[in-house]
Amino acid sequence: MVEKLRRFFRTEKGTGLLLVSPTAIYALLMLAVPLAAVVLISFWTQNGVRDFDTTMTLANYKEALTDPLYRQLMLRSLMVSGLVTLITVLLAFPIAYFVSFGVKAEHKSLWIFLITIPFWTSYLIRVFLWKVILGYNGVLNSGLKAVGLIEEPLTFILYNVNAVIITLAHAYAPFAILPIFVALEKIDRSLLEAARDLGENRVMTFLRVTLPLAAPGVVAAVLIVFIPTIGDYVTPRLVGGPGGLMIANMIQTQFLRLNNAPLGATLAVLAMLIVAVIAIVFVIIGNRAAGQKGARK
Amino acid sequence: MTTAKKDRKTLISMQNIQKHYGDYHALRGINLEIGEGEFFSLLGPSGCGKTTLLRTIAGFEDYDSGYVMISGNDMRGVPANKRPTNMVFQSYAIFPHLTVAQNVAFGLRKSGMSKAEKAKAAEQALEMVGLKGYGHRAAHALSGGQRQRVALARALVLKPKVLLLDEPLSALDRKMREQMQVELIKLQREVGITFILVTHDQEEALVMSDRIAVMFEGEIAQCDDPEVLYRRPKSKRVADFIGVMNFLSAECRVEDGKKIVNVAGLGETEVADDQCPEGFPDGAATVGFRPETLTLLYEGQTATHREAAATIDEVVYYGDMTYYDVRFDGVDKAVRISMRNIFGRDVLEVGSRVRVSWSPGALVVFG
Repeated sequence: MVEKLRRFFRTEKGTGLLLVSPTAIYALLMLAVPLAAVVLISFWTQNGVRDFDTTMTLANYKEALTDPLYRQLMLRSLMVSGLVTLITVLLAFPIAYFVSFGVKAEHKSLWIFLITIPFWTSYLIRVFLWKVILGYNGVLNSGLKAVGLIEEPLTFILYNVNAVIITLAHAYAPFAILPIFVALEKIDRSLLEAARDLGENRVMTFLRVTLPLAAPGVVAAVLIVFIPTIGDYVTPRLVGGPGGLMIANMIQTQFLRLNNAPLGATLAVLAMLIVAVIAIVFVIIGNRAAGQKGARK
Repeated sequence: MTTAKKDRKTLISMQNIQKHYGDYHALRGINLEIGEGEFFSLLGPSGCGKTTLLRTIAGFEDYDSGYVMISGNDMRGVPANKRPTNMVFQSYAIFPHLTVAQNVAFGLRKSGMSKAEKAKAAEQALEMVGLKGYGHRAAHALSGGQRQRVALARALVLKPKVLLLDEPLSALDRKMREQMQVELIKLQREVGITFILVTHDQEEALVMSDRIAVMFEGEIAQCDDPEVLYRRPKSKRVADFIGVMNFLSAECRVEDGKKIVNVAGLGETEVADDQCPEGFPDGAATVGFRPETLTLLYEGQTATHREAAATIDEVVYYGDMTYYDVRFDGVDKAVRISMRNIFGRDVLEVGSRVRVSWSPGALVVFG
């Protein structure tokens, strides 16, 4: 038996398995097991502080789907991350386009380097800095007051949904720029010349060639921004105020404050399912846009 | 100024085109006229400016000064999408996100045709290039040769006045390339559109073109039909670039009004004016002659014109042809002779002594 194992680990397949196993075990323990636990708990009922009724029930799902509070939080999360995704990708595209088409080849890596500079600061600190900028006596308000544009500080910019959207859009901008940039870089420039040669002007060339070919990058950017922002916990907590809270904050509340882990788990599972469905839809849209429309191989 | 053949109407006229890339002088005063329905080639080594010139006609490159006229209209400031030219790119530039038919119909958006008419036009164009029934295929699933045909169909479906081809055959293997050369000639005759081909392959240019402009360093060195270019190159450099040219040193002098050339190893002969494209040099000169203008004489054969003795240095056997590198008596440099391997003619061995027949009329004298 031992001899057999030893021989197996000498084969290429065995060596490969041996090499990936620490990572695989780590991923299994840190992702798959907790995930399975969350799914399992979502079917339980909480009795006391550490006391679960482990009979399987769908009661939590019924509650989560019917209570208007949870529905409102879920919709708000979807709206916030949807808006953040839209704003981020719309702003990221021109930047990526400029770096890919407008910057000399030898300066491109410098630009990409500059774009990643925000990552040098911790995410948490960047969120706090937005508090400083958007606050009642913050940079923005005192600045506008100093130049006489406003008399009273603006209050709609902090501790609400707007602040969450602004902060998240800023934090995820580089994540959106990079995949779009890569997709634009991969476009053979002679395709653009060919489109011009075949009679199209710059705008139509962009719409008929550049945009469809950049679609995979745009879809990647959408997914990269959308998936983590929908479950973001820190930003709404710090700059969202009571009206800017999202589903992740409710999940935390269920687990730690209200002591209802099964309901928290249920909300987590539902959020994951919604994200998964939306992500799959985006991937399908992306593949469509990237061509092979009705094309047989 | 080189002009199009007399029986053709001039379609494209270029006058003194100058172009710089920074300090680099890419086009140095190009003057060229290309006729309607002509198959014209721009031939030269890489970096000679031939692709730049083609892209200037297409509208992708600006130029510092000079004129490009197409059908009598000045093209300055006219963008590529508004010119009556279409291009087959070196990389073919097939849109990977579209089907073959969508690629071919790409330029028909503003044609005013109905959807059905566009589809029909695309199908006809595909049929013309031998890709009937390929319309529904994905563009990325095509082979190199098929891509090239799609690129051709995509350009021809728009019925341009000029089709520009940027080294279209360089990515194909030899067999495919030779097949496409013949197909392109046939296609050009069929559609009657002016073709301008950029190539670095002199053989390709000779096979396909009505006229060829040979370019070196941003200038046109010679513009003639293939036969003239091959037989009477105007300079040593052109002679060397087109096909194989043997060069031997010579002494020139004028005697009783006759132009006499004494070629090393061959002896003295009189030459006509048209054999001296750069004028008749006085004193030291170089003469050039093609490998097929020399013939090895076998036992019992006599020379039609002149004869010289030589030794075989090297034998290169090609199946249908044999190339002999021979040294004439008293000359160090070998010259190449090509002989067809007709039935009953033996391939000779290295070191053999041979008699070589040569024709004074085939010499070209360079200064």
